[in-house]
Amino acid sequence: MDKVRKIGDVVLSFENISLSFGGVKALTNISFDVREHEIRAIIGPNGAGKSSMLNVINGVYHPQDGEIVFRGQHRRDMNTYESAKSGIARTFQNIALFKGMSVLDNIMTGRNLKMKSNFLLDALYWGPARREEIEHRKKAEEIIDFLEIQHIRKTPVGRLPYGLQKRVELGRALAAEPSILLLDEPMAGMNVEEKQDMCRFILDVNDQLGATIVLIEHDMGVVMDISDRVVVLDYGKKIADGTPDEVRNNQNVIDAYLGVAH
Amino acid sequence: MFYREAGQFKSSYAADSQIFPIRQDRIGFGLIIAFAFLGVPLLAALGIVSNYTFTAILTPFLIFSLAALGLNILTGYAGQLSLGTAAFMAVGAFGAYNFMLRIDGMPILLAFILGGLCAAAVGIVFGLPSLRIRGFYLAASTLATQFFVVWFVTKVGWFTNYSTSGVISAQKIRMFGYTFNSSMSKYLFVLGVVSVLTLLAKNMVRTNIGRSWMAIRDMDMAAEVIGFRPMRTKLMAFAVSSFYCGVAGALFAYAYLGTVEPEGFNLDLSFRILFMVIIGGAGSILGSFLGSAFIVLLPIFLNIFLLFLETSLHLELPSGISSSIELMVFGGLIIFFLIVEPHGLARLWQIGKEKLRLWPFPH
Ligand SMILES: Nc1ncnc2c1ncn2[C@@H]1O[C@H](COP(=O)(O)OP(=O)(O)OP(=O)(O)O)[C@@H](O)[C@H]1O
Ligand SMILES: [Mg+2]
Repeated sequence: MDKVRKIGDVVLSFENISLSFGGVKALTNISFDVREHEIRAIIGPNGAGKSSMLNVINGVYHPQDGEIVFRGQHRRDMNTYESAKSGIARTFQNIALFKGMSVLDNIMTGRNLKMKSNFLLDALYWGPARREEIEHRKKAEEIIDFLEIQHIRKTPVGRLPYGLQKRVELGRALAAEPSILLLDEPMAGMNVEEKQDMCRFILDVNDQLGATIVLIEHDMGVVMDISDRVVVLDYGKKIADGTPDEVRNNQNVIDAYLGVAH
Repeated sequence: MFYREAGQFKSSYAADSQIFPIRQDRIGFGLIIAFAFLGVPLLAALGIVSNYTFTAILTPFLIFSLAALGLNILTGYAGQLSLGTAAFMAVGAFGAYNFMLRIDGMPILLAFILGGLCAAAVGIVFGLPSLRIRGFYLAASTLATQFFVVWFVTKVGWFTNYSTSGVISAQKIRMFGYTFNSSMSKYLFVLGVVSVLTLLAKNMVRTNIGRSWMAIRDMDMAAEVIGFRPMRTKLMAFAVSSFYCGVAGALFAYAYLGTVEPEGFNLDLSFRILFMVIIGGAGSILGSFLGSAFIVLLPIFLNIFLLFLETSLHLELPSGISSSIELMVFGGLIIFFLIVEPHGLARLWQIGKEKLRLWPFPH
């Protein structure tokens, strides 16, 4: 793959991350890193801890053990607000859109950290508040164009089919102009065409906007096609890490997927 | 055929971001406003609109609309259920009363704003539990607000200026040397205040603050992940909502009742306003007005209807039956709306408009 932006230095790394819920060990001693501008896939069977890992990355979950190094800063855990502030955006495995709001409004919410106006100016819809609203509307419309969802911009998202909702959720994440984008099964439940569209969007975001992407996906074809490196989890442990080719031929991975007894 | 947006192309996002992007809506709304400000007084001058219409229908309709709007911001937009609306109205009313009473030359509008700010402060304090609890439990905690505030204002004589009966007489509404004595002038005063506050609310709900409320309402975890702060967002909703209820409470005392006691702001009133939001439409500004109109008008129409029954069928209906029927109708409607159309009359109106846009074609 000839990328416009070359893969850069490590922006995010994890050292021995462990996370458990009561007796359930969701993650055990996980270490891996993410480089700038790469597409980093996390794969593994159901319940392997993939979503938990994503939740650790943007501070929804707080690991009991281990260390995170984010842009050179060593820390025990992340928090949601700070990670949003520092350019981490995400989508969710079970779509987490704002169902009562229109597509446009959902995407506008993604820009909230870039808005400076306060509620009094908002209430007056005057001067800077008005200018700002319209300026952000322009950005939101760019994303709507990019994702080819112009025809539904005023539709409440609750009324959209699943595939389009996934696309809108990506739009909301993109609205934040993230430097790191976390995608939790963005293609789950989609048909082949929808998957192709979604792949194209992800590659464009990575390539043209230069966003680093951490991707969880079950469709092995897609993962092997678009990712630069893959980390494989099974029962909360890391069992492989490397390029798609390395991972594909790894015996542990083959066993995990074929369900060999542990 | 007449309600079409075909041919109305927007050449800028500013044009598309208007409150009423469709021209027919704009014209219709302009006509309603013109009628409210000019048409109604004209009809009154001609003797068509009576004093009774002002005091029993129009003024309470506007005041309840404002209170319902306040509750709608909190419950409909931000998703925080509250049973304490009347308490916030009480704070606004007694706040304004004391500012007028104790500060010489206090302009009435400023007193209303300060009363509203007091209500906002109380709203923030009693909104704190919303950071930890939600739904039914939050409703129960706002119920505590309701009882506490009414009890407190009754117990501490200072608030009612130590009046022995606990009843206060609101001062006259005076502005620029003019006293709002007539029922029509009070109506116009209320109309002015409600119009301005409604415009501000509309602007809030279509910009970032409104989106933050709806985001918290629809999916609080996702809202947090994209950078909205739940604490700030919820408390802001409590503050703005309580401010609106507070000003509505002050209007209630000054432009509608004239004399009022703390007990006038009881749980019954809170429920009435909650019903307005449910019937009118949660999460809709228009819905606040529709719900209020409905609840103000229903007993009046019901009375006329029962009177008609009595005279035409020569029935002897037991006295007080109309208020019982009223309660039954309310109960039935609320169950109907909660189950069938949780977005209330406003949603029915919107569906009607969508149909009209396509009319006479089915799709
Ligand atoms: N909030 C939570 N509370 C309790 N247990 C949890 C929680 N989140 C995850 N777990 C547990 O952690 C383990 C890993 O779950 P996780 O959702 O991370 O798996 P996954 O790899 O994303 O699976 P899938 O492919 O099904 O999405 C599971 O056993 C799950 O039950
Ligand atoms: Mg998962």
